[in-house]
Amino acid sequence: MSAGSQIPADSAAPAGKAPGMQAEAARRADVRRNILLTTPALIVLFFAASGPLLIMLVYSFLRPGDYGGVQWTFATDGWASVFLQRDIFDDTLSVADAHLSIFWRSVKLSILTTFTALVLGFPTAYFIATRPVESRNLWLFLITIPFWTNLLIRTFAIMEVIRNQGLINNILTGLGLIDEPIQMLFTDFAIMLGMTYVYLPLMVLPIYASMEKFDFRLVEAGYDLYATRLRVLRRIILPLVKPGVVAGSILVFIPSLGAYVTPRVLGGGKNMMLGNLISLQFGQGRNWPLGAALSLTLLLIVMVALLYYVRSVGKAESHHG
Amino acid sequence: MGVEGCWIMAVREEATAIDGHNVSKIFGTGANSVAALDDVSVSIRQNEFFTLLGPSGCGKTTLLRLIAGFDTPTAGTILLEGNDISLLPPYSRPVNTVFQSYALFPHMTVAGNIAFGLEMLGKPKPEIDDTVERMLQLVQMEHLKSRRTSEISGGQQQRVALARALAPHPRVLLLDEPLSALDYKLRKEMQIELKRLQNETGITFVFVTHDQEEALTMSDRIAVMEHGKILQVGSPREIYDHPAERFVADFIGDSNFLTADLTSVSGSSAQLKLPSGKAMTASLPDGAFSKGPATIVIRPEHARLTRKKSGAAMSGTLENIVYIGTDTQYHLKLPEGTAFVVRSQNRRDAQEDYTIGDELGIEISANAVQVLRD
Amino acid sequence: MAEANLPTSRPPSGRPFSIRSQPGFATLAILCFVLLYAPLLPLVVYSFNAGDSLAYFEGLSWRWYVSAWDNKLVQDAAIRSLILAASASLFATILATMAALGTTRTRSYRGQTLIYALINQPLMVPEIVTAVALLIMFAAIKAATNYHGLAYLIIAHTAFCIPFAYLPIRARLEGMDLSLETAAADLYATPWQAFRRVTLPLMWPGILAGAMLAFVISLDDVVITEFVKSSGQDTLPTYMLGQLRRVITPEVNAISSVLLAISVVVVTIFFFLNRKMR
Repeated sequence: MSAGSQIPADSAAPAGKAPGMQAEAARRADVRRNILLTTPALIVLFFAASGPLLIMLVYSFLRPGDYGGVQWTFATDGWASVFLQRDIFDDTLSVADAHLSIFWRSVKLSILTTFTALVLGFPTAYFIATRPVESRNLWLFLITIPFWTNLLIRTFAIMEVIRNQGLINNILTGLGLIDEPIQMLFTDFAIMLGMTYVYLPLMVLPIYASMEKFDFRLVEAGYDLYATRLRVLRRIILPLVKPGVVAGSILVFIPSLGAYVTPRVLGGGKNMMLGNLISLQFGQGRNWPLGAALSLTLLLIVMVALLYYVRSVGKAESHHG
Repeated sequence: MGVEGCWIMAVREEATAIDGHNVSKIFGTGANSVAALDDVSVSIRQNEFFTLLGPSGCGKTTLLRLIAGFDTPTAGTILLEGNDISLLPPYSRPVNTVFQSYALFPHMTVAGNIAFGLEMLGKPKPEIDDTVERMLQLVQMEHLKSRRTSEISGGQQQRVALARALAPHPRVLLLDEPLSALDYKLRKEMQIELKRLQNETGITFVFVTHDQEEALTMSDRIAVMEHGKILQVGSPREIYDHPAERFVADFIGDSNFLTADLTSVSGSSAQLKLPSGKAMTASLPDGAFSKGPATIVIRPEHARLTRKKSGAAMSGTLENIVYIGTDTQYHLKLPEGTAFVVRSQNRRDAQEDYTIGDELGIEISANAVQVLRD
Repeated sequence: MAEANLPTSRPPSGRPFSIRSQPGFATLAILCFVLLYAPLLPLVVYSFNAGDSLAYFEGLSWRWYVSAWDNKLVQDAAIRSLILAASASLFATILATMAALGTTRTRSYRGQTLIYALINQPLMVPEIVTAVALLIMFAAIKAATNYHGLAYLIIAHTAFCIPFAYLPIRARLEGMDLSLETAAADLYATPWQAFRRVTLPLMWPGILAGAMLAFVISLDDVVITEFVKSSGQDTLPTYMLGQLRRVITPEVNAISSVLLAISVVVVTIFFFLNRKMR
């Protein structure tokens, strides 16, 4: 993602006309070869990743078809109904409370998830980074395994643990602590728990990557200069691993905001998040333009978050530059 | 009496800054354990420039880290001005460190780095600003105060690291090979600079180095270390002229080692017979010595070549001549097969013309023979 | 002159000060590891349940593995998942290898940022957004061509697998000593020979790592598959997602456990391969 330093191509070209031209020709051949090598991947990505987004942009400005799909007439209703709704009887516009509450739930749960993952993930990354070099890889491996394990399976595992007849409720009733099972499944809590569980490795890995590069002699210097543990953490460690913390938070926040499987399985039909609302428009809702507009709105929020990330990391890197 | 009262009494009664009593540090456990420090006792005086000298892995940095509080001793105690600090965290010790890597905070400016310790001590802002200003002057870095530490040269970073560690005015300043990353000329400059800073601030300096020349030029006293033990402590002159052990003589300066026969021992001097049969007076280090064979050391510059073999202490065959600018080294072989080096200063006036293969006499200055402990 | 405070308390008896530890961090970290693995345990245990329930364990048995194995729908989904993951990871790895060669070890040129953005797009755009965008586009193509085969899924999977294959290959290439190729050229190798004999063998571990990651990512995908697939084109994950709406039997646990085992095996191989690379 980083642009890298853009060195003007000519700066390295030797002085003098003939060799300069030769270097220029070699450079051109180089560029041609690179383009040739990169193009096939870009074509596939354009066809199956970027292009569809453009088509979706077009669809968001069309009228919904009666049985799904679209009618090819221009309309802004799709975008309008992201936040507004038209009363079926008197045709007046009002704020779409249902959509707003789903947006709010998505943002709220994503922030909570990110925060919880940070509280658990930061100490974990710190713990791994301070292990002896030989055992560090093993700890990292233990974080990576769940990361590469099917998200659906992990969500399903959480579901089984928190069900009314699940492990937790069974143990609590078995111990006589409760008479009725606690309803955890199909609540916002369940969604947050599930998302924290499935996205936690995404928090740990980038923080660890920053922490691994961190020079612990700076911690010694901090203690030597009378900083207590908390101050060393706040004044020395945190500012220097901030890029990792921000990266981890973004990596958890973005998929949380667009989560589909976890809220579908753990939230049930009632506790929808944005991903489910979008999906609904392409199913029973039969409103593709609204679905497209909602998707693009989600994308917009994600882009803003990414932009914030790029800027804050850029700032942090200038410390070391 | 309160703890602080004890402290003040201790300061009056003893003039030592650091006392290590039977300090050991063992890393690892079981069969893999390594004793980085093995029952070391050392006493560092107030306001002195004390150097821990030894090859890498001798335990000098470990001892420094124990004083700083980055590690805790496995056994033994460390006293700072008479108070036990062995288990205190580093932030509770009035001791600061100049790190080998400098360990400057990359997210702070030069001034920010220097102010850090004072801020952590909760000093009032005007006092901090004032001290930072003085420290910048002391190390001649006023013009770079708002630079980031990554934007200044290695030599400048070195100065900032010094200023940062001196700013809280510690009781003891610890320096962990701080000059090793600098080039030769800058190193020479900084040696003089460090000595000046120590004089100006009156702070006890504990300096770690593997460079014997650095140790000899800067120190008030040197402790030579090897394999987790302190072999000898003394002034540079004592260490050089009267090394107590073979390792010390070998590590510092050039040496000729010979086996001699002790014929009588009294106090700190002895009579002995060189392999050539010549009787000489020699100095003895501390310790019990009895008559019989002993290893002796003679520095190459304390011997002189002569064509008159009859009166000389020894004689040998000249095998090689090495010209090294200020001096010339003559490599000889003694009759019993031992190698012996004589060094003589090159003078314009009286230059002897020896050639390889010459049979020459070796004269040895008075007080130049030192007996070594085994 | 500002004087450092003298210690005012006796050294705390007991634990010595440790530079690297922060209070409570180790506890939280261990808690984190326990939380990551604890929920998977009952999942695997109940897959061996002799009874029908996910609440009561009635003894050990293979019956749900057998029942899953005999289930025609599961068989089809499993075969489809494997074909899909194998072809998507193969294509993605080839394309990513070429792209990595074309984007590393070269002077930066205009448009490079755009290329990186395009390659990494599947990592940045929420999956649900890509999924519905693909649904829209493929619906139009399906209507126009009346082709409903597996190709849609293969193309979609190839696209989102490219960045996962690209990253380790690129990392490998960037860590590679450029002078090796120069040395080969100096020893009379043509550019193609230098590539065949020097570059390719050196980047091989990266390619293998990339292919394995792509395979696992494709095998695990739910969202994009769910929206792109035509009817009757379930993969194992989408089949399971469908099952979760009904009364769940330990058969789902059995399928999950097998998928879990595959992921663990692949990641373990990846881990050791990575270790050897260093």
